[in-house]
Amino acid sequence: MTLYTSTVRVAPQRSQAWKRTRESILYALGLPFVLLVLWGVWATVAPARFFPAPQVILEAFIDTWVGPAFVTDVLPSLGRLALGILLSIAVGTVVGTLIGLNRWLRELLEPLLEFFRAIPPPVLIPIVMLLMGITDAMKVAVIVFGALWPVLLNTIEGVRSTDSVMTETARSFALTRGERLRYLVLPSATPRIMAGVRQTMSVALILMVISEMFASSSGLGYRIVYFQRNYQIAEMWSGILLLGLIGVLLATIFSIVEKRLLRWYHGIKEVERA
Amino acid sequence: MAPTSTRMSTLARKTALGAIGILGFLALWQLVPTLGLVSPQFLPYATDTLARMFAEFRDLEFWRNVGRTMTAWFLGLLIATVAAGILGTIIGLVPFLRRATHSTIEFLRPIPSVALIPLAVLVYGIQLQAALVIIVFASFWQVFVQVLYGVADVDAVARDTARSFGLSRGDRVRFLILPTALPYLMTGLRLAAAVALILAITAEMVIGIPGLGREIVFYQASGDWVGVYSLVVVTGLLGLVINMLFRVVERKSLSWHQSIRGDEVL
Repeated sequence: MTLYTSTVRVAPQRSQAWKRTRESILYALGLPFVLLVLWGVWATVAPARFFPAPQVILEAFIDTWVGPAFVTDVLPSLGRLALGILLSIAVGTVVGTLIGLNRWLRELLEPLLEFFRAIPPPVLIPIVMLLMGITDAMKVAVIVFGALWPVLLNTIEGVRSTDSVMTETARSFALTRGERLRYLVLPSATPRIMAGVRQTMSVALILMVISEMFASSSGLGYRIVYFQRNYQIAEMWSGILLLGLIGVLLATIFSIVEKRLLRWYHGIKEVERA
Repeated sequence: MAPTSTRMSTLARKTALGAIGILGFLALWQLVPTLGLVSPQFLPYATDTLARMFAEFRDLEFWRNVGRTMTAWFLGLLIATVAAGILGTIIGLVPFLRRATHSTIEFLRPIPSVALIPLAVLVYGIQLQAALVIIVFASFWQVFVQVLYGVADVDAVARDTARSFGLSRGDRVRFLILPTALPYLMTGLRLAAAVALILAITAEMVIGIPGLGREIVFYQASGDWVGVYSLVVVTGLLGLVINMLFRVVERKSLSWHQSIRGDEVL
């Protein structure tokens, strides 16, 4: 959903390019810098208990997370998160393609899937905990059960809305079922699938944190709640900061993958907008 | 009248198949504990769960809890939508602000709102405000980003026409920018409504604010698994109603727009 301007640009002169880079760096860093300074000044002028100064948080961040805590708390959380996201995407696209290609199956399952998507995922934590115990597998299962639906439903929708003229063309050129899937159905569904993946990733991150807040003795979510309960305010903030960084990291990975996968699609959109 | 009758019959077929799907799922749910695949202690019978759900429907305290959850949901959604609508329009309309805030927005947006739970608890304690912080933070971005895109999507020809006809700034917002941004706003609102419900219930579960989420945790703590399952079904139904409601609102408010924009906004 990024906006593209379609002006044809001649490569700018070297000095101009430099100027432009400098300008955009200035724009990117300007506001965060101003905000941080304001926060810092405010924290020194009127110290508030729950809002420590940025440098205090940064110190706590380095003390807390750089070192063994990274291995014991952060890495396992990230591993579960990654596994949960990958499983959600895999199950969602495979099952979604099957359901999307089969009209009968789709109509049979549609109301059910709508219902399952509507369940707020955190309420599944007590149930999955009951069925699987407090294990790593349970936390991954919670993530998958909650984060699966956006990909699944978007895949169904994407596969279903394959252009019918193209389907018939592919048929009359005698493409086999596999070829049709590989070269027509999946590519045309990818924009929708990626829109689903974006939602899946943010839901998965939320569920990773909550499942650890709920039932864990390690992991990021547990740590943050632990700090809060012990009034270690700066440490708690550093945990929030770390979660924010993970969120940004996920968003960056997503946008890189999306740009590669959907290069053709953005190209078409650009031409259409011109 | 042939097309109408085929449409009727596909609709009937769809409804019938969907009903069969739901009944099949319920039958499967009933069968799993009956056959002993999972102990009925862990997975109560579907009939028991549904009976319990209807029993809850007759309980006033249950409706109070629904009311509490929906109050948090509604207030959070309202605050987030108003704030996002105003800020999104202002920032979207001023190119300088758009450039200057871009990096900050891209950093703040992916922060999972649940990360703010400890902070909200510290500042507000176990109160509605703590839930509102989390709900507003999560649903704000959904609406805000859509409004930002929507305001920027104004057709260049329409904009130039409005300018050369001498429309005032207020008129331009009213007749040009608002109609362009409305579909985006509605999409954002629909997404935000679902997110707000998730976080309202999460806040109740994790923080312990009164509502359906806390009730689930209570039932879990007392080992009342039929109660847990029945409330999970209830929250699902609640989410379903919200989704359907906002889809209808979206379609109604954009009925004039569909003809122009055949494509999906998403």
